[in-house]
Amino acid sequence: MSFLTYLINGLSLGSIYAIIALGYTMVYGIAKMLNFAHGDFIMVGCYIIFSVSAALSGNSVVGIIVAIILCTLLGVTTEFVAYRPLRGAASPLAVLITAIGVSYLLENIALLIYGADIKSFSSVVKWEGLSFADGQLKIQGVTIVTIVVSVVILVVLQLFINKTRQGQAMLAASEDKGAATLMGINVNRTIALTFAIGSSLAAVAGALLCSAYPSLSPYTGAMPGIKAFVAAVLGGIGSIPGAMIGGLVLGIVEILSKTYISSQLADAIVFGILVVVLLVKPTGILGKQIQEKV
Amino acid sequence: MKKQTKNNLITYAIVIAAYIILEILMLTGNLSSHMKGLLVPMTYYAIIAVALNLCVGILGELSIGHCGFMCIGAFTSAFFSRATSESLPAAPRFIIALLIGIASAALFGFLIGIPVLRLKGDYLAIVTLAFGEIIKNVINAFYVGIDAKGLHFSMKSAMELNMDGGDTIVNGAMGITGTPHDANFTIGIVLLLISLFVVQNLVNSRDGRAIMAIRDNYIAAEATGINVTSYKMMAFTISAAIAGAAGVLFSHNITTLTASSQYFGYNASIMILVYVVLGGIGNIRGSVIAACILYLLPELLRGFSTYRMLIYSIVLIVMMIVNWSPKVIEWRKRTFGRIGAGRRKAA
Repeated sequence: MSFLTYLINGLSLGSIYAIIALGYTMVYGIAKMLNFAHGDFIMVGCYIIFSVSAALSGNSVVGIIVAIILCTLLGVTTEFVAYRPLRGAASPLAVLITAIGVSYLLENIALLIYGADIKSFSSVVKWEGLSFADGQLKIQGVTIVTIVVSVVILVVLQLFINKTRQGQAMLAASEDKGAATLMGINVNRTIALTFAIGSSLAAVAGALLCSAYPSLSPYTGAMPGIKAFVAAVLGGIGSIPGAMIGGLVLGIVEILSKTYISSQLADAIVFGILVVVLLVKPTGILGKQIQEKV
Repeated sequence: MKKQTKNNLITYAIVIAAYIILEILMLTGNLSSHMKGLLVPMTYYAIIAVALNLCVGILGELSIGHCGFMCIGAFTSAFFSRATSESLPAAPRFIIALLIGIASAALFGFLIGIPVLRLKGDYLAIVTLAFGEIIKNVINAFYVGIDAKGLHFSMKSAMELNMDGGDTIVNGAMGITGTPHDANFTIGIVLLLISLFVVQNLVNSRDGRAIMAIRDNYIAAEATGINVTSYKMMAFTISAAIAGAAGVLFSHNITTLTASSQYFGYNASIMILVYVVLGGIGNIRGSVIAACILYLLPELLRGFSTYRMLIYSIVLIVMMIVNWSPKVIEWRKRTFGRIGAGRRKAA
């Protein structure tokens, strides 16, 4: 029974990673850049929910909506101010270092406003959860909500990408920006839309992450952000179902190794997986092989 | 004298001049004890900035796990010094510890380089970050003790070492306590000069030109017969070894060495990246100056330290956009004419 509980916890954590990884993988697929600040968008989302809920005496629904809107704006603004000028720069390092700068900037703004002390975040899910087998197997409400939300997001995103014009434009832009421009697609606007979607998902992920692990600090988003990138690479970067699979695998591995091996080595094991994947199959589980042309 | 030789000599002269000025200030009693405590950290940050610039500026691969190599150098050398603190006199002990620290950091650089250097760009950056975190986490769960029967290892707890009496040297997350204070400012400056000598001579050698050719266009470099993998490995290993030397200074300057995120996490690595970027990517002298100024400034201006990281991050973003954005470069060329176009392109 306890194994089952850990497995479900792993699924829940994995679902959160999957939602974050979706943001990474979409942005990487289209803009070909690693948005290092994505993890910090999560933290920003959490602080917004925290502040709004405190101001409205515990009404977290409004908080989530405000957080999604503001995070979307933040993502689009960051893309416009910091990343767009560097598109087509001579070195790919330029945009990566800028993204690191944005990540640092967000962390330090949060540090100035809220201080370094850890805030306790009250769960946005008030439901107690389910209990099976005479209370031997308890599943918390937030766990169920997390898994359901991530599945819904996955399905909606898949439909959006494959069935709408904007989604098709994204696919085209990720295949070949030049050809997409010739077909009349506004590539800049498509990339901005991708950032908007990714950042709004970060806000959702933030709400779920802080509900499951209720401690909020300026560095809350950094580690989950990096692990979600590992998940995106594991599943095959650019692939939406891949991000989901990668996230779930990573979450389960992390929880199980924390329980059965060592809590200190869990992170090392997670990163070890990244190294092994990149050595054995650098394109990830569902990734496509891209030939390099001279 | 060749222009490059002159350029190198200027760098050494700056370091030596700074050393002499600070030593005079120290001898005449013009330096507060707080300031004195900052001198050794200043040298090891300058050394690791040089190491990272070799990797980012000369090799052209972004590493955000360089503090991991520093961590390896720090722990292996501290382990040796701590284990032999009673049986060896200070001078040979520190020299051997230094060599051990450098050698083990180089070994790890080599081993990690084999998988990492097969990757490029973002993937490489994230894998170096992963390795940095792995090193930190593993050391935090590592226990080593010494007793009459020899060495004991454990990954669980100090109790698992099964020692009779003896001495627990590496105590998991509590790290190594009681490393002798063998490092001082003079040693730091000497090590900085040696690292500068190694890196600057490498850059101006045939090997260095091959490494920079790989950075600028690796397909073209490969086509001209440069062995891309071995040159990349060479630069990466040397960079790791120098970072290890910085780690040796680090561990021999503090009493309790722990693999904490503050010193060895990826945030610390990014801090060093800030030094490198602000000093000029590919500009070795710039890294040294930037590391020293950026390290000392916030420590000296106490009120400034709250806003330090905020300002650094904004400067980092602005610097990258001003130096790299195609549109800004074009605008600069148009506005400033030959001045903008004639500027030496940094990396």
